[in-house]
Amino acid sequence: MRDVKVLGPGCARCVATAEMVQKEAGKLGIPVTIEKVTDYAAIAGYGIASTPGIVIDGKVVHAGGLPKSEDLSRWLAG
Amino acid sequence: MSFNLTTEPALGTGASISMWVGATAIALLAWAVIYNQLAPFSEWVVALMPVDPKSELGEAITFFAYDTPKVLMLLTLVVFGMGIVRSFFSPERTRALLAGRREGIGNVAAAALGIFTPFCSCSAVPLFVGFVSAGVPLGVTFSFLIAAPMINEVALGLLFALLGWKVALTYLCFGLAVAIVAGWIIGRLHLEGWLEEWVRNVRASAVELPTATITIVDRIKAGIEAVKDIVGKVWPWIVAGIAVGAFIHGYVPADLLASIMGRGAWWSVPAAVLVGIPMYSNAAGIIPVVEALITKGAALGTVLAFMMSVIALSLPEMIILRKVLTIRLIAVFAGVVGTGILAVGFLFNALFQ
Repeated sequence: MRDVKVLGPGCARCVATAEMVQKEAGKLGIPVTIEKVTDYAAIAGYGIASTPGIVIDGKVVHAGGLPKSEDLSRWLAG
Repeated sequence: MSFNLTTEPALGTGASISMWVGATAIALLAWAVIYNQLAPFSEWVVALMPVDPKSELGEAITFFAYDTPKVLMLLTLVVFGMGIVRSFFSPERTRALLAGRREGIGNVAAAALGIFTPFCSCSAVPLFVGFVSAGVPLGVTFSFLIAAPMINEVALGLLFALLGWKVALTYLCFGLAVAIVAGWIIGRLHLEGWLEEWVRNVRASAVELPTATITIVDRIKAGIEAVKDIVGKVWPWIVAGIAVGAFIHGYVPADLLASIMGRGAWWSVPAAVLVGIPMYSNAAGIIPVVEALITKGAALGTVLAFMMSVIALSLPEMIILRKVLTIRLIAVFAGVVGTGILAVGFLFNALFQ
């Protein structure tokens, strides 16, 4: 079970990012829990400067804009 | 964990790269061919209409039929190019360049990076906190936050399309100057204590992001994405703005505007700044109107001040920033930036008689 957090105040791209994570994980057959972190102080605590951000098992892998699906599957598998 | 997996199957292969680059080159060529046919096209359209091309209505229609495709095409090109350039920048990389930098040189670097770093106002709060908590000085952060929205590709592209490269360049230079000086002054005032308390308490070190795979195809796609996103959003405003501009061209007498918005009326600059504050995001629609106003005798400095005020001092952005700044700090921000814009308006009207 991989613990994925999507960091973002709830903008359209943050929602789309969470959906992408769900889809890629389903394709790879990797079980995930997705949590949306919307609190600004909590987001800031991860040290990013742009949203949406993606955190997998406590490690920040992406910040700003939609990720590429190839990158996403690599992060989920890695 | 290793991230140097460059051997992605079926991705970034030579064939698909040359296909994308080739398609882009053909699209650019087609753009140039069509663009060169716009003037005869608009004359042809007006000739089809049962109106005298020399009449007021005829002039308005000619203006509309020529300017609408011209402006939209130039804007598309500028936004596409900027989308590609921006794929080389990210807020995290910009932050790393600015962290710990001294004021002065830091303000200059921040304002310049503000032009190229992808930025959307929905991301303003994470960006602000991310910068300040990672050691970017407050004044330097403000230089970035003023320049990023004010000097954007829509404003520059439209100014270039409608008023020529000299006006676009002037807007760029004065915009940079306002961002640099206003940020520097805010930094000198040492207002760190006027940030919201939770912002001061954020203790975060800047993250090291794993490198994402970015190919030239991704950059072209980023350009197309920017066109879809930005041009797709602003085109109705531009068309509406050009329609209003066409009406002004055809019907509004020149003397009327020269007396209200001309150089002689000193109060028009502060009035333009004040009127601009509550307006937001309709900047795309305002510039075509502005062009028509200028040809009818409005002073360029007044008009530039109005544009800067619309874009840099927007009420919605201040409401977003209220989450991180106290009211007092927002007031200082608006006051310093507003004064800078006023100075630009007056200076420009005085210099270019």
